[in-house]
Amino acid sequence: MKKEKLRVIPPAERANPDLESGKYLLMWQGPQHPGITGNMSLKLIVEGDSVVDCETHVGYLHRGFEKLMERRLWMQNFPLVCRIAVPEPDFNEYCYAAALEELAGIQIPDKAVWLRTLSLEMIRLASFLMWIGGQAGAFGHGTIIQWSVTMRDYVLDLFEELSGGRIYHMYIIPGGVRGDVPAGFFKHVLEIMDTVQKNLDDIELVMFHNVVFKMRAEGLGYIPADWVDHYGITGPNARAAGVARDLRKDLGYLAYPRLDFKTIVGQKSDAYERARLRLLEMYQCIDLIRQIVDQCPKDGPFREKLPNPLYWKIPAGETYVAAECTRGEYGFYVASDGSDKPRRVAVRGPSYTHAVAVMERLARGVNIADVAGLMVSLHTYPPEIER
Amino acid sequence: MDIKDFIAPFAVWKRAFEKPFTVKKPIDERPGAPRYRGFHINDAERCVGCGTCEAICMNKAIDLVPVEGREAKEGDSGLRPRVDYGRCCWCALCVDICPSGSLNMSNEYLWIDSDPDVFRYTPGVDKKPWDGAELGYRRAEGYRLLDEQRVPMAELGHREAVKSFLELVQGYSRAQAEKEADRCVSCGLCIASCPAHMDIPGYIKAVREGDLDTGLRLLYETNPFPEACGRICTHLCEGACSIGTGGDPVAIRWLKRYIADQVELSAYAKALPRAEPSVGKKVAVVGAGPGGLSAAYYLALLGYEVKVYEKDGEAGGMLRYGIPEYRLPYPALDKDIGYIESLGVTIKRGVAIGKDLSLSDLRRDYHAVYLSTGLPVAYGLEVPGDKHPRVLDGVAVLAAATRGEELGLGKRVAVIGGGNVAMDAARTALRHGAAVDILYRRREEDMPADADEIREAKAEGARLIEKSIPVEVKDAAGALAGKAALFVWNEAEMVQKEEGKRPVPEAIPGALREELYDSIIAAIGQGPDLSYVTEEDGVPMKRFKPLVDARGMASPGASPKGGAIFAGGDLVNDRKDAISAIADGHRAALSIDRHLSGKGA
Repeated sequence: MKKEKLRVIPPAERANPDLESGKYLLMWQGPQHPGITGNMSLKLIVEGDSVVDCETHVGYLHRGFEKLMERRLWMQNFPLVCRIAVPEPDFNEYCYAAALEELAGIQIPDKAVWLRTLSLEMIRLASFLMWIGGQAGAFGHGTIIQWSVTMRDYVLDLFEELSGGRIYHMYIIPGGVRGDVPAGFFKHVLEIMDTVQKNLDDIELVMFHNVVFKMRAEGLGYIPADWVDHYGITGPNARAAGVARDLRKDLGYLAYPRLDFKTIVGQKSDAYERARLRLLEMYQCIDLIRQIVDQCPKDGPFREKLPNPLYWKIPAGETYVAAECTRGEYGFYVASDGSDKPRRVAVRGPSYTHAVAVMERLARGVNIADVAGLMVSLHTYPPEIER
Repeated sequence: MDIKDFIAPFAVWKRAFEKPFTVKKPIDERPGAPRYRGFHINDAERCVGCGTCEAICMNKAIDLVPVEGREAKEGDSGLRPRVDYGRCCWCALCVDICPSGSLNMSNEYLWIDSDPDVFRYTPGVDKKPWDGAELGYRRAEGYRLLDEQRVPMAELGHREAVKSFLELVQGYSRAQAEKEADRCVSCGLCIASCPAHMDIPGYIKAVREGDLDTGLRLLYETNPFPEACGRICTHLCEGACSIGTGGDPVAIRWLKRYIADQVELSAYAKALPRAEPSVGKKVAVVGAGPGGLSAAYYLALLGYEVKVYEKDGEAGGMLRYGIPEYRLPYPALDKDIGYIESLGVTIKRGVAIGKDLSLSDLRRDYHAVYLSTGLPVAYGLEVPGDKHPRVLDGVAVLAAATRGEELGLGKRVAVIGGGNVAMDAARTALRHGAAVDILYRRREEDMPADADEIREAKAEGARLIEKSIPVEVKDAAGALAGKAALFVWNEAEMVQKEEGKRPVPEAIPGALREELYDSIIAAIGQGPDLSYVTEEDGVPMKRFKPLVDARGMASPGASPKGGAIFAGGDLVNDRKDAISAIADGHRAALSIDRHLSGKGA
């Protein structure tokens, strides 16, 4: 029975049920619902306890960032971009800064390259820690989130020490980073990595060897490998399907070419496989952070001097800078008309694909109790859908 | 599924006996990290209210507000930043950009109040528990958003400089000027400190954007001597510059010079406003120095027929005869004057009022007269022997150098005084190959000369003898009699006579010293020559100066036809520099226009 379930591929066509027939029930999950990730909602049509059709509704979180950025100086956008994806601000900061540096022809110091890499890997770990609590919670497993959010707070402590902020770090500034590491920081990093690793071992035991989690997650939300290009699926969702696609390897930006790591791939991208792959990536994060601490230059400049931010003009041009965030390809398209403000900024977040098109298809035929678990297993953040 | 999937979750029971990760009272026991970006703190004494924090804040959370008990003064707007925490996003760009470094953040993050209005306050002014916090976000060492270092100016080396009268300062290239202009934050503190209130941020912006025609137009709005002021201005603006609170002030003077140097005289007419149609009234200006010509320029623009009377052979006044060529080359000055003349201003050179024409002649023939005759008469040393033929007057030496006359200063020269004239005379003597001593009655830090001039005079080889009170000039003995003189001075010590006043030099009894010099140049100040003003002119005087009202008017004139007398420049004001004279001239031109036409300006 289990094996059959694994192979279920939801129909490509939307169901068009007759709501007047009395056979179906139309119900909303979200925007205020503990089983939804962020402020979005799902309009579900259910027959009994199984979902016949799902329509995603976004727009509850629209703040107009891309438009706001056209009205602000290049440097004034730096505190703004981090708010586009709340749990992972650093990827926004990196993509924005790197795009500006590319357009303005600025080479950042090596130390800044390493500290940026450290910042990105730390936030990757923090973001995964928050996700894993949500994933367990969506299957009724409340213990994990108590642990993982504590661990995430430890990582945020590190950010606080490094940048002065826990959630919005605003550390990766165009030209480099905002400061060198404080005294004793690397020691704290290593201590906390040990703590987190110990905790991950526990999570592995409690969650991944848990019969309830296994039964509910295995086979749920199966993504065949041929969907990856069709839908534009990236990140762990794609890697779990066996597609080795990781921008850290493929683009080789920042210090990644100098770090020793292998792209982790799975075989069948269902909720369990994806969760397992993300757990492995968390271990990988810890390993990368240790490598960075080991290899980061101890001194040297951390920021390239830029022109006066009040009048900084960036030569006309356009670029697209992408980075591998926890959920896949995160990119900034930035166009300059040579003035002191961006002409256009467009943000490409993986959630748009995963939470809208892929979610709508995967939800068809799923038990209503599994919708929340399915949604979390795609690891999506609505704020980045609504820039 | 295997048996492990049923048993494994129980394995973590062992953690129940371990110390928990969490703390009991996080609020009480969890201070923010040393770099935490908490509530703002501001050192209100260091802050100059430049508003750069307000300019960079992308949330418009910062507003510069007046503060009780704090007045605007030079280099301080008197305003202080008020932060609205309903808008603040704690990005700390304001801290990163603050020119003075006064604005920082504490590591305090807890503040609970039921009144939402309290979350908008002026750090450093409204007292808060976290004022003076040691910890919190500070700019990292080596990290600033603004450039604290000025683009260096190419100058002749001192060894080279002293060999000739070639201009010392070489001027900025385009790239250098644009880079220097990029340092400005357009706070405008400089505008208030400039006697002429030039639109400094405006013309710096023009340099930054490469729009020199606009730059020139902005310069001429308040100052028709950009070439001269771009070189020798006392640059009070740079003293007020907010960037100077945390680094080198913006090189405002050099940027002004850059604009004027880059635009050809033939291209001025295109950039600058044309004169209004003639209003059919005539104004006479006495003295073709910067003040007189400035009045003439603005009057000509307003459509007046202006005639300037100059006793010397060339126009420019002290700019030409008082400032040596190595600081202000004559072609640069001629460019400024040439443009003023091109507007139809007539300069009658070599016509002395009081000799060739009288002031009452001018009052009869013109609707208004502007007196701008400056301070041409040098004060004497007022010690026994000061009429010795080798005791020279500093202004006369500089004027003779301008005329190209043989100075015959000799090998050893003493310059008495500590002002700019003394420095110029000393450096002129150095350029004629003399060994120069500068004797000043107080200390170096008390000298009224520009710090740059003192520094350069010393670098070029002048010896500074401080705390030396002149006592006597004695004729040299023997064959040198009449050709050299002994200068006798008394060494002094600085005595604090009155609390709160500057210390005064007091002669040390018996500490007399003397030295033989070929020339002794007295440069201890100058006074006006008002011999051309007679009692009938009805110009009220106070301490040998014409007394003027706020409009610059000294006498309203007897007849309805006019003949009102206005006065300004060194003759009247206390600052005694070119830019103040220019400002006076501008003001007088507007006042004369208002007086004669009633149409305002």
